[in-house]
Formats: sequence, C-alpha cells, structure tokens
Amino acid sequence: MLRIAVLGDAASIYGFAALGFVTRPCENREEALAALKECCDGSYGVVYVTEGIASLITEEIRARRSEPIPAVILIPGLSGNTGEGRRGVEESVEKAVGSKLV
Amino acid sequence: MAILSVNPTRMELTGLKTKLATARRGHKLLKDKCDELMRSFMERIRENRSLRAKVEAALSDALADLAAARGVTGGDVCDAALMLPRRHIELDVTEKNVMSVHTPVFSVKDAGKATDAYSYGFAFTSGEMDDAIKTLSDLTEDLLHLAEIEKTCSMLAAEIEKTRRRVNALEHVMIPDYEDTIRFITMKLDEAERSTTTRLMKVKDMMLQQGRK
Repeated sequence: MLRIAVLGDAASIYGFAALGFVTRPCENREEALAALKECCDGSYGVVYVTEGIASLITEEIRARRSEPIPAVILIPGLSGNTGEGRRGVEESVEKAVGSKLV
Repeated sequence: MAILSVNPTRMELTGLKTKLATARRGHKLLKDKCDELMRSFMERIRENRSLRAKVEAALSDALADLAAARGVTGGDVCDAALMLPRRHIELDVTEKNVMSVHTPVFSVKDAGKATDAYSYGFAFTSGEMDDAIKTLSDLTEDLLHLAEIEKTCSMLAAEIEKTRRRVNALEHVMIPDYEDTIRFITMKLDEAERSTTTRLMKVKDMMLQQGRK
C-alpha cells in the first residue's frame, strides 16, 4: 500500500492533512530536495508539489518523469497559479507531436 | 548514398537481403506502434487539459478559503485542528499496458468516511475551513485521476518520442543504406560475372588462334 505526499509551503498544504495525505512543509531548495528524496523511496504513489517549490527543484522533478512511481504532479500554491503545471502538459504534447502546437 | 563497408560477396548479399526484410518489417511495426501510441496520447491529453483546469480552479478556491481561515482564527488554531487527521488514505497501484508502456493506475483503498475529514471540533475553527476541507475532500478523486492521467501522458510522450526516432532511423538511414549496399554488391557481382565471361571468350579466341597455327 502506497501513500500520497504533498510538498510545499506550510500555509498552502496544511489542508491536505485532513484528506489523509502526508504533508511535508518545505521553504527552501534544500528542504524540498530532502523531502522529495524521502518521497521517492518507494512508499509513496503520488507526490503533489506546489508550483512555487517545484520551481526550485525543476531538474530533480524532471528526472523523476521516466519512473512510474511516484507520479510527481504540480499543483498551484497559495501564492497563485504560475501556469507551470499546464506548461508540463504542453511539454508532453510537444514531445509527442514533435513540434509546438499553437 | 551511403554504402556499408562490406565485402561484395554473395554471402553478404544474402545476409543484407535478410536484414533489409527485417528492417522493413520492423519499420512497419514501429510505425503502427507510433500511430497507436499517438492515438491513445491524444485521447488522454484532452482529458488531462480539462481535468487540470478543473482541479486548479477548485484548488485555488480551497486554498483561498484556507488562507481566510488562517486569517480569521489564526495559524495556530488551524494547525492544531488538522494536527491529528482521522483519515489515512492508502493507494493501490496497478499497471496498465498501453502498447508495452507500463502506466500506473491508482485506486484508493480504505479512504474512510467523508466525514472523517473533519478531524476537529467546530467550536474554535472558522466556516471557511470547513468549506475548504469540503472542497478538498470532493476533489480527492479528481486529484488522483489527474495524477494518473498526467503520469500516463508523460510516459506515453516519452515512448512516442523514442519510437518516432527509431522509425525515422529505419526509414531514412538503415533501409536506404541496405538498399544502396545491395545494389552495389549486385552490380559488383554482375560486373565480375561479365568480366569472367569476357575473359573466357578471350581465352577461347587465343586457344583457337594457337590451334590454327
């Protein structure tokens, strides 16, 4: 049985605890990296990362793409929607189609 | 035109013809695989886009409510309210094979009752918090579905890219190279045959001339 984790700033993610998700508050790159590493030990199926924190560890998140679990998914944080998550979807389309669609 | 560095012999020719047949068959199969992957990808990516828009909108609402709750009652009360959640969600992950891409399928096991999300007494918390928890609770299924579909899409995209490279390599490099090399060997062998015939004719002429003398 796998669990679900949420990474981000404390104010954005504390509500997810009510759903039974494991919340891992992090404020800077080091904390985020440590939390992500911990979440990739095979006991988590899905890791939601707020866009603000994700922008600090872009490369590390990209490296996790090829592995089936955990699925690292970007969600908007309290600071607003930066569009990073949607950009990820567009990137997939670009990769698949071979060119950028308007 | 690129000719592979091989000896122009009959044995090489047979070998190359077999390789060419395999390459053509592989090219056809990979092209079919690429088409099917693309079809599955397109099917999913549309859903992914709309689901993401829906989830992002709902999440923004919930987060705004949570922020308001923090503002009304203070951070400590909010943190204390959700300190010991009653719900413990567990995921069951199975694999689905989409054209030999093993994509994950998430299903929730033992999510508990929906009312378990409210792990606090309502006396000291604000109504915004209840709203936010309700929104998040309703969103759980969509969040998981988004994770599943987004992961599937990114895995499919990577596989499509890989397959397309293989198809292109076969179509534009390997198959033409094999064809050119086969043509080169055939011409070389024909040339060798002609030169043998000519030599024999010449020898015959010489022998006839010698016989006459």
